[in-house]
Amino acid sequence: MSYFVQVVVDGLSNGAIYAALALAIVLVFRATGLVNFAQGGMAVAATFVAYALVRAGVPVLAALLAAVVAGFALGALLERGVMRHFERGEPDTAIVATIALLLLLTGGSAFFFGYEPHPFPSLFPNRTFEVLGVFVSLRSVGTIVVLLAVMAGLQLLFRSTKLGLAMRAVADNPESSALSALPVSRLLMVGWGLAAALGAIAGVLVAPQLFISPGMLDFVLVYALAAAILGGLDSPVGAVVAAAFIGVAESLAGAYVDIVGDDLKIAVPFLAVMVILVLRPQGLFGKKTTVRV
Amino acid sequence: MSLLELEDVRASYGHADVLHGISLTLPDNGATGLLGANGAGKTTTLRAISGMVRTTGRVLFEGRDISGLGPDRTAALGIAHVPEGRGTLGQLTVRENLLVGAYRRKDKAAVSADLDYCLDLFPNLAERIRSHAAALSGGEQQMLAVGRAFMAKPRVMLLDEASLGLAPSTARRVYDAVVRLRQEAQVAMVVVEQNANLAFSVVDDATVLETGRVALHGTSSELLGMDAVRRAYLGG
Repeated sequence: MSYFVQVVVDGLSNGAIYAALALAIVLVFRATGLVNFAQGGMAVAATFVAYALVRAGVPVLAALLAAVVAGFALGALLERGVMRHFERGEPDTAIVATIALLLLLTGGSAFFFGYEPHPFPSLFPNRTFEVLGVFVSLRSVGTIVVLLAVMAGLQLLFRSTKLGLAMRAVADNPESSALSALPVSRLLMVGWGLAAALGAIAGVLVAPQLFISPGMLDFVLVYALAAAILGGLDSPVGAVVAAAFIGVAESLAGAYVDIVGDDLKIAVPFLAVMVILVLRPQGLFGKKTTVRV
Repeated sequence: MSLLELEDVRASYGHADVLHGISLTLPDNGATGLLGANGAGKTTTLRAISGMVRTTGRVLFEGRDISGLGPDRTAALGIAHVPEGRGTLGQLTVRENLLVGAYRRKDKAAVSADLDYCLDLFPNLAERIRSHAAALSGGEQQMLAVGRAFMAKPRVMLLDEASLGLAPSTARRVYDAVVRLRQEAQVAMVVVEQNANLAFSVVDDATVLETGRVALHGTSSELLGMDAVRRAYLGG
């Protein structure tokens, strides 16, 4: 029994990593209507800012705050300098542009810091404690707590603030939103800035476990996209629940299904995601959209 | 002073010139119509006013030249454009759509009073206040588009083909509300409409456009008295 719980807890702590990036994807989607493949690249670039500061002797928490600010500036800059040229065109073109940004950011990070992974200090004490025979790391608990706070904050932003309403309006129809005097370009810029700032939090949370490198979030991005889509793409709660599900499913399959084992376990959650999406195309928490024609 | 004045406004999409020098005047609290066949430039004239298309010539609003300002800037000045195709925000609820209309306003109490007025104007919307706009019928979406424009507390509303695709009785209801908005909320109107009978229920005068030029201008009764106009634009 305690082995089972241990496997679930391990799955949850992986799920927390996927959830961190999935939340940022949901944020950009709600703020701009785009799926942003550069999300991982922006997060890594901002995390490298924290890394450089930590190496210069700045405490981790201060470095995190600096990375959040730097991330916001980076996101806003990329929107203004690059994405703005694609916003009036086809969404498909804009998505391809985000893939180009991902390559650019990864290359840029590597140019300054190289491709090899570096250790990164944790925000939380590196200790584990035992509850009823199950080992839980303080780091995982801290990560999960921060994530839940971020999730609640996003939910609040979109549901109950004027800024959130305006961001959703712009994502829905920018041209029509301008007719209600919404400052469309500035709102898109803020959306990208917030998403990159959130990416910085995600990056700093997971870097101690993954070691920081330009490609640190490449495989996480795959899980995060799956979680965001499974959660319904526009729901912060959905993204976190789906990420937890994917983490636990992967962990359980690796531990209990012999023919799956450690090498094949990545396939299990994706199979589950496919089955669920066939049954429920709008995702677990997504709003079913009805369009009258 | 007139509220809105167009002086020799020209506009083109790429190399295609669409407006070849339009001039018109809208007095304070006035209502004027734009009539004409498809492609005459009615929609483009509205887009020129709200800054959605590049123009030459001058667009004066309250005496100030606003040509070259983008749609968000002209909207902030008090020009509410209800676009062709309605432009409702499908993934937002009816209530949220109306609040987006009031985005620039700081007078919270007045916004909430205007919301109530809006729902009184369109009882259909009150019943569907929590529905997503995408789930509304065409008539309800048109009502929502007009309501959202009203929530900005505009000086002038630009109404583009509000009857398009609606059953006659629904179109009538939309225009009844527009008439009320003009009388009760003192919103001036520029109305583009294929259905001249609906248009003349709101406007005092109208301009007839032909291939991007002003062909005729007159008061409602003058235009209705002209046989040529009746045949060409009012269905005999």
